Amino acid sequence: MTTATTNDFDGPSTDASAAALRAALRPRRFGALYVLEHRLRAARQAWTSFVFPALGTPVLYLFAMGLGLGSLIRQGSGSVDGVSYLVFVAPALLTAAAFQTASEEFIFPIRVGFKWNPIFFGMNAAPLSPGQIIDGNVLATSVRVVLNGLVYFALMALFGAVPSGWGVLSVLAALLTALSFGGPLCAYIASLDKEASQETLVLRFVVMPLTLFSGTYFPLALMPVYLQWIGWISPLWHGTQLARDLTYGAGEPGWLVAVHLAYLVATFVVGWQLARRIAGKRLNK
Amino acid sequence: MPTPVITATDLVKRFGDFDAVKGISFEVAPGESFGLLGPNGAGKSTTMRMVGAVSPRTGGELSILGLDPNRYGPEIRSQLGVVPQSDNLDVELPVLQNLIVYGRYFGLPRALVKQRAGELLEFAQLTDKAKTKIDDLSGGMKRRLTIARALINDPRILLLDEPTTGLDPQARHILWDRLFRLKEQGTTLVLTTHYMDEAEQLCDRLVVVDKGQIMAEGSPASLIRRYSSREVVELRFGSARNASAAEQLAGVGERIEVLPDRVLIYADDGERALEAVRGRGLEAITSLVRRSSLEDVFLRLTGRSLIE
Amino acid sequence: MSAVEASVRAEGRSSRWLGSVFAGNPGAVMSRSWLATRSTNWLVVASGFLEPVLYLLSLGVGLGTLIGTVDTGGRQVSYAAFIAPALLATSAMNGAVMDSTFNVFFKLNFGKLYEGMLATPLGPLDVALGEILMALLRGALYGLAFMGVMAAVGLTLSWTALLALPALLIIAFGFASLGMGVVSFMKTFTQLDWIFFVLLPMFLLSSTFFPITVYPPAVRIVIECLPLWHGIELVRGLTTGVITPALLWHVVYFAGMVAVGLVLATTRLKALFLK
Repeated sequence: MTTATTNDFDGPSTDASAAALRAALRPRRFGALYVLEHRLRAARQAWTSFVFPALGTPVLYLFAMGLGLGSLIRQGSGSVDGVSYLVFVAPALLTAAAFQTASEEFIFPIRVGFKWNPIFFGMNAAPLSPGQIIDGNVLATSVRVVLNGLVYFALMALFGAVPSGWGVLSVLAALLTALSFGGPLCAYIASLDKEASQETLVLRFVVMPLTLFSGTYFPLALMPVYLQWIGWISPLWHGTQLARDLTYGAGEPGWLVAVHLAYLVATFVVGWQLARRIAGKRLNK
Repeated sequence: MPTPVITATDLVKRFGDFDAVKGISFEVAPGESFGLLGPNGAGKSTTMRMVGAVSPRTGGELSILGLDPNRYGPEIRSQLGVVPQSDNLDVELPVLQNLIVYGRYFGLPRALVKQRAGELLEFAQLTDKAKTKIDDLSGGMKRRLTIARALINDPRILLLDEPTTGLDPQARHILWDRLFRLKEQGTTLVLTTHYMDEAEQLCDRLVVVDKGQIMAEGSPASLIRRYSSREVVELRFGSARNASAAEQLAGVGERIEVLPDRVLIYADDGERALEAVRGRGLEAITSLVRRSSLEDVFLRLTGRSLIE
Repeated sequence: MSAVEASVRAEGRSSRWLGSVFAGNPGAVMSRSWLATRSTNWLVVASGFLEPVLYLLSLGVGLGTLIGTVDTGGRQVSYAAFIAPALLATSAMNGAVMDSTFNVFFKLNFGKLYEGMLATPLGPLDVALGEILMALLRGALYGLAFMGVMAAVGLTLSWTALLALPALLIIAFGFASLGMGVVSFMKTFTQLDWIFFVLLPMFLLSSTFFPITVYPPAVRIVIECLPLWHGIELVRGLTTGVITPALLWHVVYFAGMVAVGLVLATTRLKALFLK
């Protein structure tokens, strides 16, 4: 290539272009992993914020809600959904924790990277693509949810809350819950530019109601019908029911299990792809 | 002429109805230090983002290292170092980790990145700050760290968008010194600035940009020769009297510019022009004879001052 | 405040200490805070009221069906009537702690707000009191609104429920002043996480959702030392009408907390800004 450049050439035309093509092979393939590495290094800087909740939250909730509240329910209605309250509530606590983690991880790091400390622009000035930046963040949250979930599950087993050996798969139900809510949330947060406390509003008007009305502490059917629909659209309810099927065989019909799975996967895929597209528009304006 | 590393031909960028860049063409040779000089909003940063392969062009052609940025974004960016206008260092990570993590974005092996990060801290005079948090660095240190970060991949081209804006004079000189060293090592530098002294210090060649278009191109010295006289006389008569005094000065020097706060007389011999002013019975409150600068070139080309 | 001033002036020794930290003008700090609140999104302000209402709706209805009635101080009450006062006390705690820790943390470490205030005649105690009183005002409004909801759905079982409002104020005062004192030691976001590590167990364990009679005696003693337990028992006694002399002890507990918190907060602000 000398002076005037046509833009329809198809490959290296100088030594410099050949070097560029070689250098980008790894980032093109592994870019999302580099973003993941970044998030893990950042987590290492503040490891207490990750480790203590991972251990403390499950113990507290299993003790307070499983045992404490459970003893009150034993005096009242006895069992719930055919099992003890501890067995009933434990898988729901697991998925609710994943839901909570996702709502934090897909709000703050995404908002930070695009706006408050715009490191995503720095990543994109390096060879990483906007899609890889989103993927890396999705991976980072997945890693955290799965690790937290395994700890949670081990503690559940210790509390005697898991009758079925298949129960460990409930960690995957928790992951699906996190991603199903996290995908669309990530897309929404990535689209934000102005400062109008949107994060607080999402936490209070979406996350909190979903947490309370997704059949976590009691069967969704106990809610009046005009409140049950919140559960039906809530990733947390679908994920929680899957986890209950896995830990104690909640006995849901096959089609309903399929609905749970399809809903969780579909919302994730749509939200995730949308987030990638929005990130692309934003970083490569 | 060696194969250019950057070739832009009739480059256009439009945001909705707004034409940020209206068909500019330039080339940058390897090892050259090339500048885009212009006021805020001239389209410099937009051009830089297109060259940085993070902003698709609306029209025209662009080739970086012989590759089209629309198709080879990651490839091109693997060869660039980018110093953005506002620092986007990672405030969650300490200084050294910032460099290491950034190097990993390029897919470079950890050992290599660690070694380079150490060298670059030395280069940026930040070795004793390796474990410091970003928030605890001064503005100049952050800027030097951003430049060090941009060098982690040993780039062929370093893009600097307003590298010294917001820094105090001492921090600017330290930064210029570091950039000079890179220039000596043969790194291609492309920088935008609205400081004429910075352009004169750092650029072999530059384009003057205004309202999305190139107004002139050349080396700082040749631009000054072409668009200005050797010397300039600056006269202040007080804001109410500048215009009327200028009328009485007609014919002194080669050209006269009237600004709100002063009158400029362009002449090859400033002292003689100043004598001529006094000969006409006009006494300025202050008077100053100086050499012409790029500021004068810009004023001549656009009728406006660079920094408003 | 004049009572504080007067009693301190009576003691010449400490009046100089207070003189350098207090200008008797926390109102100026409050009005700044009010203006700042007015410029925030009203939905954010309104959402603070929503949280306890949703908890009450969800758990009161859902768990209420499973549990039926609960014994509190010898009286059987519906589950909703049992948790409503606990949610009220908890929201007073949360509001006070958030206002006095997270918001103050930002102002201490990022904004130059306090630095500017203390360059005027205002002293650290003015700043501390102004911020805390503003937090109380907001907390009182939320509390009043929630009590309105409780009354509307028949969960205030006695006229003494009216006294729950002043009770909430002293609870919030205790948490806010202690919170501000503690946050002045914090330097990083990671340290702020510790606030959650303290709030969460208190929320889950302090007879919020079930009586502490379910615990073994050793655990009960620990819980009975926690401030939120005192707060919940105080409010619950008043709204359910189970009035015992023990309620007075809860008030004394919070009075002590206010005193310790205020001294701590003022001392720290003085150390931080009036070097």
